[in-house]
Amino acid sequence: MNLLPLAARNLLRNRRRSATTLFAMIVGAMAILLFGGYARNINLGLQTDFVRHAGHLQIQHRDYFLFGNGNPAAYGLADYRRIIDVVRADPVLRPMLKVATPTLSLGGIAGNYAAGVSRTVIGGGVVVAEQNRMRQWNDYNFPITTKPLHLSGTTPDAVVIGTGVARVLQLCAPLAIRNCPTPHVEPATGDSVPDDIAALAGEARAQRAASDGTTIELLAANAHGAPNVARLKVVAAVPQGVKELDDMIVQMHFAAAQKLVYGGDTPKATAIVLQLAHTDQIPAARVRLEQLLAQHFPGQPLTVLDFATLNSSYGQIVGMFGAIFGFIALLIGVIVLFTVSNTMSMAVVERTVEIGTLRAIGLRRAGIRRLFVIEGALLGLAGSVAGVVVALGAAWLINHGGLSWTPPGNVEPVPLTIRVWGEYTMLLGTLLGLTLVAGISAWWPARRAARLEIVDALRHV
Amino acid sequence: MQAVVLSGVGKHYRLGQVDVPALTDIGFEIRAQRFTVLSGPSGSGKTTLLNLIGGIDRPDSGKVLIDGQDLGELDDDALSDFRARRIGFIFQNFNLLPVLTAYENVEYPLLLARTPAAARQERVRELLEAVGLADKARNRPNQLSGGQRQRVAVARALATRPTLVLADEPTANLDSHTGAGIIALMRRIQREQHATFVFSSHDPAVLAEADDAVHIRDGAITAIERRDEVTA
Ligand SMILES: Nc1ncnc2c1ncn2[C@@H]1O[C@H](COP(=O)(O)OP(=O)(O)O)[C@@H](O)[C@H]1O
Ligand SMILES: [Mg+2]
Repeated sequence: MNLLPLAARNLLRNRRRSATTLFAMIVGAMAILLFGGYARNINLGLQTDFVRHAGHLQIQHRDYFLFGNGNPAAYGLADYRRIIDVVRADPVLRPMLKVATPTLSLGGIAGNYAAGVSRTVIGGGVVVAEQNRMRQWNDYNFPITTKPLHLSGTTPDAVVIGTGVARVLQLCAPLAIRNCPTPHVEPATGDSVPDDIAALAGEARAQRAASDGTTIELLAANAHGAPNVARLKVVAAVPQGVKELDDMIVQMHFAAAQKLVYGGDTPKATAIVLQLAHTDQIPAARVRLEQLLAQHFPGQPLTVLDFATLNSSYGQIVGMFGAIFGFIALLIGVIVLFTVSNTMSMAVVERTVEIGTLRAIGLRRAGIRRLFVIEGALLGLAGSVAGVVVALGAAWLINHGGLSWTPPGNVEPVPLTIRVWGEYTMLLGTLLGLTLVAGISAWWPARRAARLEIVDALRHV
Repeated sequence: MQAVVLSGVGKHYRLGQVDVPALTDIGFEIRAQRFTVLSGPSGSGKTTLLNLIGGIDRPDSGKVLIDGQDLGELDDDALSDFRARRIGFIFQNFNLLPVLTAYENVEYPLLLARTPAAARQERVRELLEAVGLADKARNRPNQLSGGQRQRVAVARALATRPTLVLADEPTANLDSHTGAGIIALMRRIQREQHATFVFSSHDPAVLAEADDAVHIRDGAITAIERRDEVTA
């Protein structure tokens, strides 16, 4: 006998109880999907952010990632131009590749001699036009507008610094940065330094006051360990979400950085940043890159790293959300298990005489079991379908509700979006998972129903 | 020809610490295509006996044979299948499935017996016609009177053309007029369909209709009347 319509009718019999169970399942499915959609959105948002700034893959000196931090200049890629040419020309990579651009990382000391202050900074040189193209990447269609780099259209000696750098270097006023206090205590000058240096500083200060007041000196060690200085013009101070970074970061034109680090030597890059059209192309692209490097640059200590390796926090955050999601899903699974099980137990008790009757007229024990399991699974299916629909609706409302939030590490609030629609794996998983859980939770009551003795069941009142 | 043969059948229940003998050493035969009534006061063991004959309970001792088949030899599934094909039940409280219409209630045993759709439809129509409820086919049990419900139950019991139809006090929950109607209906259908009917009842009106009467008291048979020895 076709048990589905029978199960459906039985569910409609005690509408109130079925509705309560459905409601619990809807709330559960909604919790899973909304949180899942939120976590998914964060993961993709982070990924988008990383990919826009540092690409999907980077070609680096084999030891740069682990050892290059202290002295980036020593791990430069002299052949970076040729590598980029080979990569761009490759017919396998071409359809995947969006941007291939060199970067040069460096560390140094930035000083505002006019104010008599300096601090260590990290940063690097970038090819601005190519970086701007990287910032266009939006494979997950985030509702964001992309602003070009502050270095765009600036003179070769331009530099962009973190607001923290600007604060320490006392450039807040000249750069007109908001929320950027000046220190309460004047830093010690004059007394503790030799007269000639104090005089020099004073002179510089006087000069600077006359000019626009936004020039800094950047002192860096060149590839041989000797100091080199560049005078750079601060065009903007950009707040960074993480204070440590905000207090340290400088960004300049690639050529200027090369000149600072390599002077008259062969200019190098510390990394070649590759951005692909889609993140899932990483494995294929990587395989091809390794082939190309081995073929064209044999013996060179090169390596290819993906963005997840370069940004270990990405994996950690994804893992953390995964764990929370799993916990929530488990919790809701257990709640659904008990709710459906309870509902089905009550149904079995209520319908004991009916069970006896069905058995008397010839339905086997297995038939009774099937009847209740199907009923539970149908309840589960109805609940999870309704839950999915409601979650989609709720997500739509949230996405169109104009809500915004500031993710950790971000400076500006972003629209609060929840990705439920289109996340077919999650939707299908929730649907099938909850239906399965409901079917399983009906199993025990169904088993109990099937094991009833017919005469006892018929005598039940 | 014997439809049912019982020999040495005993059944007792445990009520707490005490053994309650419900039936002791029952042995008799029920003739095929007759209307047999098990008669006796309340608590005499009628229901227990009918349950054993219908294969929904098993005796502690003795044998129950239906059409020569020893029910004790069948496992639970085989016994279920046997009931589905060979035995029809009519209950005191009608016991229709509330979510099914009159039509579907009658159809249900045919589905269990895997009767093809066309034959099913024909049989259900025919039976609803026979019990006078052709126009109530789409009604659910709660849209039917007690008498109508029991008529649906009669149709359901007969759906698979069982060799044996068992009814445990089928008129106990009906007023005497309606009850008499049901008895008359069953009597008519029993003759038309050549079925073997076994009733339990302590209603004298029912007893009057019976071909055979088995009198039972305190779990033992006190008398067996075969009224139509000659006319059968
Ligand atoms: N499940 C049971 N547990 C204990 N005693 C029972 C049970 N069913 C029936 N009995 C007892 O068995 C005897 C026969 O009962 P029953 O077959 O129901 O009689 P009747 O149908 O004639 O009223 C009675 O004494 C009754 O109390
Ligand atoms: Mg009884």
